[in-house]
Amino acid sequence: MSILLTNISKRFGQFSALHDINLEIPEGELVALLGPSGCGKTTLLRIIAGLEKADHGRVLLSGEDKTEQHVSHRGIGFVFQHYALFRHMTVFNNVAFGLRVKNRRQRPSEAQIASKVHALLELVQLDWLHDRYPDQLSGGQRQRIALARALAVEPSVLLLDEPFGALDASVRKDLRQWLRNLHHELNVTSIFVTHDQEEAMEVASQVVVLNHGRIEQQGSPSDIYDHPANEFVSGFIGQTNVFTLDAHDAEWLQTTGLQVTQQGAIAHVRPHDIEITKALDSSKATAVLKDWQHLGALIRIELIKNTDNDKKTTLFAEMPNEQFKRLQVNKGDPVDLNIRQAHWFH
Amino acid sequence: MTANTNQPTHTRAYADVLHDPIWVRIGLSGIAIGFIVLFLCIPLALVMVEAFAKGWQAYWSALILPDTQAAMRLTLLTAMATVPLNTFFGIAAAWAITRFEFFGKSLLTTLIDLPFSVSPVISGLIFVLLFGLQGWFGHWLSAHNLKIIFAVPGIVLVTLFITFPFVARELIPLMQEMGSEEEEAALSLGATGWQTFFLITLPNIKWALLYGILLCNARAMGEFGAVSVVSGHIRGLTNTLPLHVEVSYNEYDAVGAFASASILAGLAVVTLVLKTALEWRQGKK
Repeated sequence: MSILLTNISKRFGQFSALHDINLEIPEGELVALLGPSGCGKTTLLRIIAGLEKADHGRVLLSGEDKTEQHVSHRGIGFVFQHYALFRHMTVFNNVAFGLRVKNRRQRPSEAQIASKVHALLELVQLDWLHDRYPDQLSGGQRQRIALARALAVEPSVLLLDEPFGALDASVRKDLRQWLRNLHHELNVTSIFVTHDQEEAMEVASQVVVLNHGRIEQQGSPSDIYDHPANEFVSGFIGQTNVFTLDAHDAEWLQTTGLQVTQQGAIAHVRPHDIEITKALDSSKATAVLKDWQHLGALIRIELIKNTDNDKKTTLFAEMPNEQFKRLQVNKGDPVDLNIRQAHWFH
Repeated sequence: MTANTNQPTHTRAYADVLHDPIWVRIGLSGIAIGFIVLFLCIPLALVMVEAFAKGWQAYWSALILPDTQAAMRLTLLTAMATVPLNTFFGIAAAWAITRFEFFGKSLLTTLIDLPFSVSPVISGLIFVLLFGLQGWFGHWLSAHNLKIIFAVPGIVLVTLFITFPFVARELIPLMQEMGSEEEEAALSLGATGWQTFFLITLPNIKWALLYGILLCNARAMGEFGAVSVVSGHIRGLTNTLPLHVEVSYNEYDAVGAFASASILAGLAVVTLVLKTALEWRQGKK
């Protein structure tokens, strides 16, 4: 089901949580609402679900205006950050809940409910836990049960609020992949909220970047990474080196082979766009190698600009392990830099 | 090596801090137990001794006196009227306070405790001032031939007022701690408001609710001060069991007074046992 939001605004007292949000999400997408904490992403998700009411604006699901409709009639599945499993019910009864509360005419028979619940529990690979209680499960298991429970009512939209926020790093990594595969299998329009840009890039087919209650950019992960719309997006997605074009930075950037004429006042350079070579003439070297860290396949290199003024700012560059070894440089060595490209902002 | 040899000294130092000398322990426990025996056990035993002072026969005949029977019936009636109502009000108040934001919420939260902070006699007087012959609604009530003060409705009303906080006060902290995520989850799964309440909220609060109901019931049956002001002490009509105890005692009917008192004391013991059981059940969860 497609989702269309028009002019959504929401205030909490003096605090403006959302500011005139317009957003269109085509059917079948897996969308990440990404932003720093307090940017309004969870509020927006709750407004789509009907758990919160917008002050202005409309929520359309499949072209139907659902703004005034109660959460129980919207046909959405909601997965909470802290799972919100019913603690007094077994896993089976948790998943069966949405089917059992249907009115008499729509309610399936107990046998149908049982087969459906077991099918869902198999989908999340936890059927063997069906008679346990939520407090007997691990965080990752609870989250998968919460997802099975939400899927039981066959929602046309699946909304997930920081689904991996409360999990260990390793469990989180597994679940991300798993969610992506599940979405591929079910193809139900899904939105998840996250403050982790890596998670958004890895899982989502579309990323919506929010800041201070406004949408900064919407697009595919590669779109957002390669063509950030503004400074905020560029700084929030991935690592970046920031150069402000006062006289010294401009001069220095020229020596790295970057064209700085008339492009903007601020340059953002991704670490992997900085190429390092051993300095041929150490008196003319553009930077000094300060330190490096292993990030698995990549090496992160800390560099200090070799400029006349006192601002010895540190830059970060990244390159594959092997390439770094071939370079044969040590701490304190002068190096030449070649900056391949930058994103320019005014 | 040094760490190893040091360890026992440390442990002993801790042990010394945590374990007072034996005479302190025995002394303090002795004072506590002595206090309980002197002020709780002996009076309770005395009630029983006095009640049976003239034998089973006298005890029994005091209990089956029509006035005593009427007092018991009135006490039960009062409890049966107030406990369900205050269960309902208590849940409603706790729900409103923990689930909604509204103007005057903190005032309401404070007001819930009012019956606890006001002397019961004052509570009784408030109702006399409202519904008594000279009170605000007195003329209107007497014109319509309605009797509230010195009648059963007055007793029920003041008891309702006095016992209002019990259920609400048990539920508010629990429901605050629980949050509303489970309820929101139920709603998002298509449950109606009533289904959410009966299938999700109620099972989660049931032990605290029972605990509140139990305390509310104990107070409803045992309230003296406020009921005394509005009852008018009409024998066989507006005397509850606690009032009946006082009236009998004032008339030098020791056996009658203590026989009725033994019923109330028995009720208190049953309440205590149930309360302990509920606390144990809650602690286990």
